[in-house]
This record gives sequence, C-alpha cells and structure tokens, in this order.
Amino acid sequence: MSNVSANSEYVSYLDHQGKYKGIMSWIMATDHKRIALLYMYSIMTFFIIGVVLGIMMKLEMLTPGETIMKAKMYNSVFTLHGILMIFMVVIPGLSAVFGNFFLPIHIGAKDVSFPKLNRFSWWIFVVGSIMAVLSQVLKDGPPDTGWTFYAPYSTTTSSNVIMATAAAFVLGFSSILTGLNFIVTIHQLRAPGMKFFNMPLFPWALYATAWIQLLATPVIGITLLMLIAERAFHIGFFDPALGGDPLLFQHLFWIYSHPAVYVMMLPAMGVITEIIPTFCQRQIYGYKAVAVSSLAIAGVGFLVWGHHMYTSGMSDTARWFFSLLTFIVAVPSAIKVFNWITTMYKGSIDVKPPFLYALAFIFLFIIGGTTGLLLGSVATNVQVHDTSFVVAHFHYIIFGGMGFAFFAAIHYWLPKMYGKMYDFKMANIGLVINFIGFNLLYFPQFIIGIQGMPRRYFDYPAKFQPAQLVSSIGGFILVTGLIIMIYTLVKGARKGAPAPANPWRGSTLEWQIPSPPSVENFDEEPVIKENPYDYK
Amino acid sequence: MSQHTAHIEEHRDDEASKLGMWLFIFTELLLFGGLFLVYSIFRMQYPVEFRECSLELSVTIGAINTVVLLFSSMTVAMSMTAIQKNDMKKALLYIGVTLFCAAIFLVNKYFEWSGKFHHGLYPGSELMTHLDRGHHLYFSLYFFMTGLHALHIIIGMTLLFVCYFKVRKNTIHSQDYVLLENSALYWHLVDLIWIFLFPLMYLIS
Amino acid sequence: MANNTTHTIEYQSLSKTLLILLFLTFVTISIASVQLGAFTLAVALLIACVKSFIVLSHFMHLKYESLLLRILVAMVFVLFALIVAITFIDYAFR
Ligand SMILES: [Cu+2]
Repeated sequence: MSNVSANSEYVSYLDHQGKYKGIMSWIMATDHKRIALLYMYSIMTFFIIGVVLGIMMKLEMLTPGETIMKAKMYNSVFTLHGILMIFMVVIPGLSAVFGNFFLPIHIGAKDVSFPKLNRFSWWIFVVGSIMAVLSQVLKDGPPDTGWTFYAPYSTTTSSNVIMATAAAFVLGFSSILTGLNFIVTIHQLRAPGMKFFNMPLFPWALYATAWIQLLATPVIGITLLMLIAERAFHIGFFDPALGGDPLLFQHLFWIYSHPAVYVMMLPAMGVITEIIPTFCQRQIYGYKAVAVSSLAIAGVGFLVWGHHMYTSGMSDTARWFFSLLTFIVAVPSAIKVFNWITTMYKGSIDVKPPFLYALAFIFLFIIGGTTGLLLGSVATNVQVHDTSFVVAHFHYIIFGGMGFAFFAAIHYWLPKMYGKMYDFKMANIGLVINFIGFNLLYFPQFIIGIQGMPRRYFDYPAKFQPAQLVSSIGGFILVTGLIIMIYTLVKGARKGAPAPANPWRGSTLEWQIPSPPSVENFDEEPVIKENPYDYK
Repeated sequence: MSQHTAHIEEHRDDEASKLGMWLFIFTELLLFGGLFLVYSIFRMQYPVEFRECSLELSVTIGAINTVVLLFSSMTVAMSMTAIQKNDMKKALLYIGVTLFCAAIFLVNKYFEWSGKFHHGLYPGSELMTHLDRGHHLYFSLYFFMTGLHALHIIIGMTLLFVCYFKVRKNTIHSQDYVLLENSALYWHLVDLIWIFLFPLMYLIS
Repeated sequence: MANNTTHTIEYQSLSKTLLILLFLTFVTISIASVQLGAFTLAVALLIACVKSFIVLSHFMHLKYESLLLRILVAMVFVLFALIVAITFIDYAFR
C-alpha cells in the first residue's frame, strides 16, 4: 500500500509520493511540514513586497517635500505596508511556519490534531491575501486609512476599505483555526510520558499564542463587521453625528491588536528560548519561569490595550489604570530576557549564525522593550504620541524582535527542514549588514520623534534632513543584507552540503530524527526525556 | 493512498474533535461578546431611549421564541441520549423536532423583522437616519445582533440537517456520534446567546 | 469503544432541566414589569447567568466533562467580564 512503514527504509517528507502528484501534492497537502513550507513561501513573498513598499517610503523621505510620490500615494503605500506586514507576515509568521513544522515534532506527534483543517487554514490565508491585493486594484482606489482602520475616517473615505477589512477578517479566521488546531494538538497528541512541564519551551510559547489567536481575533472580526456595516448601512456605532463614539472603535480595535503584538512576540521568544540552550550546551535557566511567563504575558496582555489611546480622550482613571497594567506586563518579558542571559553564563558557547541572530534579537528587543515602557507611561507618551518615536519603537519590537527571531529560526532549522546546510560565512556577513542597516534605519527615528517628527507624514521640515538621510541609507543597507541573507539561504536549501541529523548538538526531539524528517516524523517511538534541555 | 493519511483517518479522536468544538464556541462567544460590549456602553449612555425602543418590540414574540429555543435545546440534547442508547428512531425524531423549532423561530423572526421593515425601519433606511441618537443606536444594535444570531441559527440548522441524514444513513450511530454531539453543542450556543439577547433587547422596563 | 466518553443523560433529567429554564424565563418576564429601578438590569442579568449556567452544565454536558474544560469555559467568561469592566473604567469616568 505504501512505501513508508515501520521497518522499511526512510523517505523524506519532501520526496514522499502520496495521492497527489506535482504541484497538487503541495496544494492538497495535509502534512504539517509541507503546510509549513507553503506558509513560508507565501509569507516570504508578502515580506518582499512589504520591504519594497518600505523602501519606497524611505525614498520619499530622502528629501523634504515631494520626492517620488504625492501625499495621497504615500498614504496608500504605508497602509498597504502595514496591512501586508501585520496581517500577512508577522501575525502568521512564526506560528504558521515554524509552529506548524516543529510543534508536532517537539511533542513527539505525527501531525497536528486536524490536518485537513490545517490545510484549510492555509487556503483561506491565501484567499484573504488575494482579497488584500484586490483592495489595492479595485476601482475606488487603495485604502488610505493606515492598517488601524480608525473610525471615523475609515467610515467616510471613498477608498476600498470594505475589501481591505474583509481581507483582514478572512485572514483572522485563518489565524483562529491555526490557534485552535495547536491547542487541541498540545492537549491531545503529546507523546506518552510527555507532561506539560516536559515540553520544550517553543510549544509552550505556541500554546500561549494560540489562546490569544483564539480569543482575541473574534473581537477584531466583529469590529471589522461593524465597520463594514457602518459604511454600508450607517449603523452609527462609530459616528458621533448618529450618537456613536469613534473611541469605541479604538477600544475594540486594540482589544485585539494589543494581544496581537504577543501573537507575534511570544513565538519569537519561544524560538530564542530554543536556540540559546542549544548553542550554550546548557540547561535553560528557570524552565518553569519561562514557561509560565508565556502564559502570564498572554493573560495580562489582554488587559492593557488602552495604552494606545492615551491622547484620544479617554478618562484619566482609565489612563493611569492602563499605564499600571502596561508596566506589569513588562515583568514577564523581562523575566525571559534575564533567563536567556543567565543561561549563557558559564555555557560553552558555539558562535554560529542562529546564535548570533538570537543575540541580535535580545539587543534589539531590549531597546524596543524599554522604549515601550516610555510609551506605556502616560506623561512621556503624550509627548511622543504619533511621532516617529512610536514608529521606531514598534519596528524594534516587530522587525528587530519578531523579524530577527524569524531569521534566527530559519538559520536554526533550515538544515532540518531541507536536509541541507548553508554557508556560515555568508550568513554571518548578511547578519552583520542586517544589524547595522536596521539600527541606522530606525534609531534616528527615535531622536527626530522626540524632536517632533510626526508619523505618517510624507513631508518634514529641513532640520530633520540629516536624520532622515541616515535612516534612508540604513534602509538601503538593510535591503542589501536581506538580499545576501535570502540568497545564502535559498542557495543552501537547494545546493548546500547534506546536513547531519543534529548539526548543532541540540537536545529537543527534532534533532533525534533524520534531516529532513520522514512523513510520519518518528519511524520509531521517540525517547521522551523528562527535561527537554538535558545537556551534560 | 499513502499510509500517512490512512493513519490519520484510522485514529479517530473524538476527545480532540469535542475540544476543538468547544474552542470554536469560545470564539463565537467573544464574537458576540464584542457586540454585547457595544450594547452595554450605549445602554449606559442612552438608558431612556433604550427603554422606549424596547417597548416597540413584542414581548410575546420574544417570549415565544425563547421558549421555542429552550425546548429545541432540550430535544437536541435528547437526540444525543437516544443515539447513545442506540435508539435511532427517537434520535431522528428529536433532531426533526429541533429543526422544526428552529424553523418556527426563524418564521417568528421573519414576521418581527418584516413588521419593522413595513414601517420603514431597517438598517440604512430613511426613517432610521431621522431617528434621534439613542433610538437609532438601539435599532442598529437590534438588527445587527438578532441578524447575526439568526445567521447562527441557519448555520446550526445546516449542521443538524447533515446529522439527520447521517443518522439515517447510519454513519452516525451509537459508536460514532461526535458530529451530532458537536452540532448539538453549537445549537446550545445559539440558545445561550439568545438567553442574554432576550432580556437585553425585549425586557428593558 | 473508549472513544465515546460522553456521559448519557436520561430523558427525564433533561425535561426537568427544561422546566427549570422555563420557570426562570417566566420569572424574568414578570420581574421586568415590576419597578425595581436600577436593580432590574442586575436581576435580569443574574437570571440570564443562572440560565446559561444550567444550559452549559446540563444540556452541554459540562457537568460531566473534565475539570480542565470547565476551567477553560469559566476562564473565557471571566476574560470577557474583565474586558467589559476595564472598558467601563473609561466610559464611567469620562
Ligand atoms: Cu500595545
């Protein structure tokens, strides 16, 4: 019946012949590993488009006044950049790609609980993405609201807001189904002998993430439906002329979108928590603290959304309350940083590209996190609200954090996913250029933000010219680094030297099986260790 | 067919399916939760107007629909009991009764809505835009919430229809009834939401 | 088969549950016409909560499910209540 059975020779999931052939064997795939690759290819495509849009903005900001585009065009470009990068790249990014690939393997399972649902999630992800593209080309013109769709502008602008919000709604549905699948998988499919506290910390992070995806996404779903109804029927929820309240939209929007930041960040932290013990050959410091802090972040993260609304006319009581909660949610994140650094202490550190990316992550995340505290405190927030300081802050978190964690993850797991190794020297060169480019691009924006450069403006006074120039140059350097990195990875995955099963001497389950894994992951029953980070 | 998919299919995991359904119900609860949040804020801001508007609704129709939904919730639970006892006839009967109740609910809703439409009261209508603020918001909420709820009734009915035919074809039976169980859970969810909608919409004294 | 883990609830017990629910519905409706002032909403919500608790535990078999699932369901309701309460910190003090 099949060529894969308990004692026959091993066939990798990439070569396996199932019911479907050729391209259909991918589109119809239910194997979590193939679905992970499908997500990765789609997400990388959107990422590249997003980067191109980013570079267009940097070109525009090269000189004051109109450089390459008009103000209206600039609005559309940053809106599309936001929608693409948030809804189609960073939110699905780590959990749909590396979560799909490694969650079942980490817990000793053959697949997720609902493989067909998993495939369906990817399909509707593609449908949502197509709708997002359509919103750009349909006749009313691309949306110009920013990715936040704030009312009342989003209810009155003539651009294609309905299509864009419907796209976000569908993408949200895909995210919900992935989260649902992961929660059930972790509850039901852990290998015999693997209790919750025997799991590696990446599944822990994914578990916390999945709860956020599951419980927060419906709120944005209904909010976007209300927005569509507001445009279609003037239901008045967000229209002050009809008695509604635009602030209510901001509440509903951030009830989802603040937790969504943790949908991006928690798996990123999970990746780093995997990489650091491996390259230090040392047990993770404070396993339980790291595991529980993921849940704490997810829980408290639900209650702090108001820190995005300090200047929008919220009550004073709510402002100090949200500020307090925001400071509390920083604690579990800090716990993780302390534990990563302590894990390195006295470890036998092996400086390889994944580890270097992890270090870059920690550096950038600390800058992003501490400037986040500045924004979480009402007094300072009021000064820098809606300036490029905020832009710099969330790029340090989302790109420097989630993005660099994604790069770390791909450098860490590429040998397992493709069974090939990439060129370390080229990878390191790419890393250094990325790191320099990134900081040049975003750090100046902190400074001019404090000096009063507003965000989402295509023009600026001449005094910001030097900083904007540095920032734009940083953008070009970063793109060079990204090209080198992607080239190195693609070349490695296609023509690299064969990778051994365990190139980094890792201790979690994925390193016990061949590279690339077979269809069923474990042709023999995996050995479950009580401590997943058991280094001698 | 590859052994991979064969493997997945032979390992039926009802526990997983049920947990999955519960998680899906959570998302539905929060979906409606967003609307209840909007409701609570506008009710706080326009208490008098909300009361005036609720007098426009017929408590009788609302009460009948409540009873119908509660009753159907019981019959769908009874169809589960019947399946577990391997009593296919009763199971079919109870699913049928549930579907019938669902239809009654929708017919009632239809008359209720068409009455409003008849008076020119519907989302986006001329009359709606001339109502004062509190009244406008109340009726927007009324149409949005009961409309979304009715949509869920239709989804639930579709699921129960599928179950009905599967019971007849004997693909749902006393050894394998997780689909019916999940559809029943979904149906109870619809009931659960109505339990809150009814007093909040119809009974503002 | 070990796969079907759901407890069987007798018809009689289900119809008793329905009677209780109908009684509570009757109470909600009759109380609505009594002037209780600010308490009307509180009482209506309280009764709705009791009714949904009964539906969850009896009709939805939660009474016989694992402790974990019961905790998860409770958690969802608590989360929603927290979100509403925190939103009201804004609206009540504006
Ligand atoms: Cu936030």
